Amino acid sequence: MLDIQNLTVDLPAGADRKHAVSELSLQLKPSEILCVVGESGSGKSIMAKAAMGLLPEPHVRASAGKILFEGEDLLAASPGRMREIRGNRISMIFQEPMTALNPLMTIRDQIEEVIFTHQEMPKEQRFQRMVDILNDVHLPDPERILYSYPHQLSGGQRQRAMIAMALIFEPAVLIADEPTTALDVTTQAQILSLIRDLEKKHNTGVLFITHDFGVVAEIADRVAVMQHGHLVEFGEAKQILNAPRHPYTRSLIAAVPSLTPRVPKPVKTESVVLDVQNLNKTFRSGGGLFGGISARVVQAVKEVNLSIRRSETVGIVGESGSGKSTVARCIVRLIEPDDGSVHLGDIDLLAKTRRQLRPYRRRVQMVFQDPFASLNPRRKVADLISEGPMVHGLPKNEALDRAYKLLDLVGLDPRAADRYPHEFSGGQRQRIGIARALALEPEILIADEPVSALDVSVQAQILKLLADIRDRLQLSLLFITHDLRVAAQVCDSLAVMLNGEIVEYGTTRDIFFNPQHSYTRQLLNAVPGKNWNIPGFETPSVN
Amino acid sequence: MQDFWRRFKRNRAAVFGLTILMAIVCLALAAPLIYTQSPFRVVSKPFLPPFGEYPLGTDVLGRDVLAGIVHGARISLLIGILATVVAVFTGTLVGGISGYYGGFVDDLLMRITEFFQTIPSFIFAILLVAILAPSIGSIIIAVGVVSWPPIARLVRGEFMTMRNREFVQACIVMGMGDLRVIFQQILPNTISPIIVTGSLMVASAILIESALSFLGLGDPNIMSWGFMVGAGRTHLRTAWWLCAIPGIAILLAVLAINLVGEGLNDALNPRLRHL
Repeated sequence: MLDIQNLTVDLPAGADRKHAVSELSLQLKPSEILCVVGESGSGKSIMAKAAMGLLPEPHVRASAGKILFEGEDLLAASPGRMREIRGNRISMIFQEPMTALNPLMTIRDQIEEVIFTHQEMPKEQRFQRMVDILNDVHLPDPERILYSYPHQLSGGQRQRAMIAMALIFEPAVLIADEPTTALDVTTQAQILSLIRDLEKKHNTGVLFITHDFGVVAEIADRVAVMQHGHLVEFGEAKQILNAPRHPYTRSLIAAVPSLTPRVPKPVKTESVVLDVQNLNKTFRSGGGLFGGISARVVQAVKEVNLSIRRSETVGIVGESGSGKSTVARCIVRLIEPDDGSVHLGDIDLLAKTRRQLRPYRRRVQMVFQDPFASLNPRRKVADLISEGPMVHGLPKNEALDRAYKLLDLVGLDPRAADRYPHEFSGGQRQRIGIARALALEPEILIADEPVSALDVSVQAQILKLLADIRDRLQLSLLFITHDLRVAAQVCDSLAVMLNGEIVEYGTTRDIFFNPQHSYTRQLLNAVPGKNWNIPGFETPSVN
Repeated sequence: MQDFWRRFKRNRAAVFGLTILMAIVCLALAAPLIYTQSPFRVVSKPFLPPFGEYPLGTDVLGRDVLAGIVHGARISLLIGILATVVAVFTGTLVGGISGYYGGFVDDLLMRITEFFQTIPSFIFAILLVAILAPSIGSIIIAVGVVSWPPIARLVRGEFMTMRNREFVQACIVMGMGDLRVIFQQILPNTISPIIVTGSLMVASAILIESALSFLGLGDPNIMSWGFMVGAGRTHLRTAWWLCAIPGIAILLAVLAINLVGEGLNDALNPRLRHL
């Protein structure tokens, strides 16, 4: 139905490669879900945008090939013709429904706009159609939703509204560009099953772009794997997932963390290094200078207890807004908790003033999520790593020596020391971030989603590095993640958080094999591709 | 640095502005060499028109207008730059502390800032100069005092976003002291918008100074463009050049600085231009 033939998309001069997409051929059949998988920069989104005529021309333009849709070449179609097709015969849904929807218009206005563009329809019929489609995407109380603004809906509801908008004319092709990446895992599971149902019901061909093999395993009929703009493998989902032929596909699949928890190392000592007791934090917003008329109160952390032993890895898992990051930030006092205690050995970190705390900060260090925001863009790598020890009184040349040793430890060339962060890739930056944390020779490393901004192959490398370092330096690790696959591979024990509370706390194996709390079970059930057994290869796994 | 210059050059108007500005700066620097004597000295008959013996004519008392313009450039630039330094320093300090610490400190400092913002700035400047007695120092202080609130607001906003950036949090977790975080980590990352706003502020400082001198609130011992316009205004119909020439000088200086400011903005915040 959608037939892409030898598509080549040029990048502007000076980009790191000449073609965003080169010589790509793909066919999408009616009523199938074709997953296009690739890491960031593989050209998968550009390919989708080319089909929609949404390339940022003239900088990026299709220079060769055809995209045939029902026999018509979309690349040659006039802008007017493309407008007729878009939203009507081919629709698209995007990654972030909050930015894809206009915040100043109600859902009704936005869906109606699509209808106005393509068809004249009496008012009652229009309304009925909108209610029907919202029912179709399982939005409760469609009439209320129609009169809501995007900010009044949850992330999952917004994505459903987006899908409703895309499906209003029952398009032949739906292009979904990472539609569940910004969503929580339980919401993601619902949206995936929704897309699956709608595809069957409306005979839509879905071109589903994703980086997540779990998602692929969940919904794909066929899979196309892209690397550097080339199609490296294309075939039935079963074959690609279980018996991939191309080495790149193999390496990608090998990098996907398994859901089976790793065998825990016997913990040698029972000595608790960090003990968190009854931690509480309530956020208040609004109110203004003279106190609250409309102060909003959110209890982000409720009575949290955690303890970490030497060289143990404790994970906190939960969905966004569950308070897992707040716990981490309370422990290092980036956020001031309301009450509770955090004992590092026999010192209560929360009882110190900020100034008194400074000498102890060295012992608990943090690795952050976003490798692009966590390094000061104006400082060289050597300075970034050495400034911590220097703050604690190490002479400059010794601090620099240590920086060079750490660069080696995290697997970076010592020449990296004289460069600025923007010259490195995401994975390399995360290595620099780890080196910076290690420079202070901490006892405890808190890693807040350290791999969630990275591609799966880089993610595997960073996880391996963290595990290596933990074992070599006898570090204790507090690992915060939303990804149960990662948690299964990294953590010895797990705390599951929901609405600021730890609802379940135990060894990783117990939690995975014998979950007690209903929410834990719900989370485990929602992991995409949970029934897919990742085929084993000779490539090394995370541990 | 090369990159910066390349981006700056792409804005033609900015290069034009920079040329004029450089010319004015050269003129100001060379003033004591070209006109060794005081610009207040009477050189000839009053009301001599331009393009005669004196290139820009003479004024009410027979003083050389060109000498006044040349010496006036010194004072305009001096006051413009020093007042901006005062304003940027105060604004950065207040805004930085306010944005970094937040909470009560922020509330307090912002209310003070708003207090300054609510008073019409020119009237406030007049008041200050009148109280402090007209002199270069008091004009600089007055212009600085009325100009810092926008800088404080800007810097506060930048600091508030920077404070929650992960690299700043990493420094706090390291145990770095607040002053070091503020000056070594955050400030270098906010310097571009401060420079751009500061450069535009020089132009408005020159305008305020001219307006004060026009009203006779300038330093009586110093020749300035505003003073020349003020002194010539009663003879506008008979001797147009007395107002027009210093007026054009003010116009050119302010225009040049604004163009350069725009150019700096393009060069220092390249991403904004593409949006």
